[in-house]
Amino acid sequence: MTSLLNRQRPPVFCPGCAHEVVVRGLDQTLQTLELSGNQVAIVSDIGCSGLFDTFFNTHAFHGLHGRALTYATGIKMARPELKVIVIMGDGGLGIGGAHVLSSCRRNLDITLLILNNFNYGMTGGQCSATTPTTGQTSSGFLNELEAPLDICRVAVAAGAPYVDRTMATGKALVDSLVQAIRYPGFSLIDIWGLCPGRYSKRNRISLAQMEEEIHNRGLAGGPVAVNEREEYSAHYHRLARSAPAASMPMVAAKICDAPIGARSDVLLLGSAGQFINTVGEILCLAGMSGGLHVSQKNDYPITVLRGHSIAEVVLDREPIDYTGIGSPAVVLCVAAEGVARRKKMFSTLPEEALVVKDSKLSLPETRAKVIDIDFSEMKIRASEQALAALAVVAREGILLNYEMLAAGLSLRYKGKMFEEALAVAERICGR
Amino acid sequence: MTQCFLEGNEAIARGAVAAGCRFFAGYPITPATSIYQQMLQLLPPSGGVCMQGEDEIASIGFCLGASMAGLKAMTATSGPGISLYSEQISFAIGGEIPLVVVDVQRLGPSTGSATKGADGDIQFLRWGNSGGMPVIVLAPVDVRDCYLLTMQAFNLAERYRCPVFIASNKEIGMIRENIDLDDLIGPALEDRKLCPADHPGSPFTPLPGENVPLFLPLGGERLSRQTSSTHGEDGYITTDPAVIEAGILRMQEKLLSAVGDFTFYEYDGAANDSILLLVYGVTSRAAKTAVRELRQSGSKVALLILKTLYPVPEECIRRHLQGKTKVVVIEMNLGQYVREIERLAGDTPVSFYGRMNGELINPKIIVEKVRS
Repeated sequence: MTSLLNRQRPPVFCPGCAHEVVVRGLDQTLQTLELSGNQVAIVSDIGCSGLFDTFFNTHAFHGLHGRALTYATGIKMARPELKVIVIMGDGGLGIGGAHVLSSCRRNLDITLLILNNFNYGMTGGQCSATTPTTGQTSSGFLNELEAPLDICRVAVAAGAPYVDRTMATGKALVDSLVQAIRYPGFSLIDIWGLCPGRYSKRNRISLAQMEEEIHNRGLAGGPVAVNEREEYSAHYHRLARSAPAASMPMVAAKICDAPIGARSDVLLLGSAGQFINTVGEILCLAGMSGGLHVSQKNDYPITVLRGHSIAEVVLDREPIDYTGIGSPAVVLCVAAEGVARRKKMFSTLPEEALVVKDSKLSLPETRAKVIDIDFSEMKIRASEQALAALAVVAREGILLNYEMLAAGLSLRYKGKMFEEALAVAERICGR
Repeated sequence: MTQCFLEGNEAIARGAVAAGCRFFAGYPITPATSIYQQMLQLLPPSGGVCMQGEDEIASIGFCLGASMAGLKAMTATSGPGISLYSEQISFAIGGEIPLVVVDVQRLGPSTGSATKGADGDIQFLRWGNSGGMPVIVLAPVDVRDCYLLTMQAFNLAERYRCPVFIASNKEIGMIRENIDLDDLIGPALEDRKLCPADHPGSPFTPLPGENVPLFLPLGGERLSRQTSSTHGEDGYITTDPAVIEAGILRMQEKLLSAVGDFTFYEYDGAANDSILLLVYGVTSRAAKTAVRELRQSGSKVALLILKTLYPVPEECIRRHLQGKTKVVVIEMNLGQYVREIERLAGDTPVSFYGRMNGELINPKIIVEKVRS
């Protein structure tokens, strides 16, 4: 195969820079793998390693510092046939740490080359996440304070199925790259090298010392058996194929004319577990069955299993503009938590408003008409009380009639749940 | 007439799929989460990709990669996530990457109130990119707009190769209302213009006389390049001031010169109206009610609802300012878009009312502000 190096743009690194060795090694690797330029996407990060994409005649994507893996993920998911190779330095490793961890966990077939030269070369030799505590950097004593990151150990812990560490210089590089790129899953290589412009100016470190350190760390580079599993993209598409088709939006046809004149605002005040949102939805569907325009908003705390639950419903013959609740025409009160959230509202209710409430609840002073229902006497469970209260409204012939309520129930529930809900409505409405 | 009961966020998701969206990535955040949840229902069974990023930065990064590989992509978040998107948004602008970004606004500042609505991100969407380049911001009013403007947003992202924002609001995204499905007739779908095989173009070369570069998909037959660095038409870094300036001005021009082609608005007024009430977003709904009441008491008030906020549709605004003796701007923030109106209104006095307490601005307040 021919070289994929861009002859118009030869490497421009400092003399002796390890990055240049990796450029040549990567070119040899792509030749060994017999890849043409349009089968490869090189995604580069920021810093000196960020120049990589310009040296190759391949697809190229150069983005923000630390985020190279995020673009590579999108590219690979969109084009699974592409060989996607990410190049970043130890700077990108630090700032983009969350993406490195997530890529290890995700196991998408991307190869990550970390060009680790233990400092931020381009900005003047500041310490990075991998700088030894004994290193001299332009960050003063700060690198003495933070333990250097061994990314290979971290990657194994994070679930990477292929982890290797090698020197930029030396014979092992091309073979390491070939194996990693061939691996059908996420592969990471920590490539150690010298930064003559910055790091090795200040630190007496030889290639032999670095090799010895790699040896001492004792990583058996290659597949990590305990982490090997199905590749993300293949796995995604396998599960996606069996995902159920998405449901269509709920359609409600007009079956009768609703018994309302003007716009009517409705408040459902209850607590978690009382299906307040669902009963609000049933009211809306019932309203639509009566030819009305409807809107619904819900209010509940983040603890969905505890606390208040409130639905705000608007019913109107005309399209609904303002969706806030002004002075409600009907208020359903089935739990103290909901009532407490709107206690100021009760004193503003006009005489013609209707409140349907659990007889056990005490309400703030109100001029509205109040209908008390003894739910415990009727043996209506807390989870059915909002529906029962709505059925009382239908029985009174305000807002909705029984036909509309039954239509709303049949749209919202199926099977046994529908039968149970309908039984509550029938009981209240005397059917 | 087929009436269905739909949430604003669900309408955005369905509009996206109808517009050809094949890739979605997001990170859960109230009040935008249900867009992600809905995309997760819609995309996988139809061969599309829906992903949950490890954070917002990753989510939008996935989208940028997928879009450059040729897929129509969308992400959705709220104010805190837009903050994290900021650097990637700058990249999408400078790299001319088509993308739809939904901001279901919640009350700020910062974490603010997850379940309270606001329009507090309007200027942030406009100026939240390094370099201050123009962007497109569309503002839906209701569930129907959520569907239709999302379709428009995809078309604009494709046509102009840029990020397009949908400035929604908790009060639009998390409300459910009836909409007529037969009424949801979207625009004809547009796709980014691909670089033809016989065209020698490089990744950022427009056709002569045009401002939008032809698209070379990453992973296609011909090599493509993308870079967040200042680049020439070939996609390589450049330091040539003339090349830099030409690229910057072209990117500005492609939106500013075209805003007349995508100025979405509603105007309700008569020739002799003297007051212009100007609103956008969910506040428009209260304004409609207020205008009915004001007219009943003899007020000569016209209503302009802007749905294209940026680039500022100056021609449209100026046209509707003509003959008015007073302008009233109402916003769910402390006064953001009113700045644009003030600079266009000339001698016509502009009064403003805004509020940030998590509640909708009601028609009664608007009536008072117009009368005062």
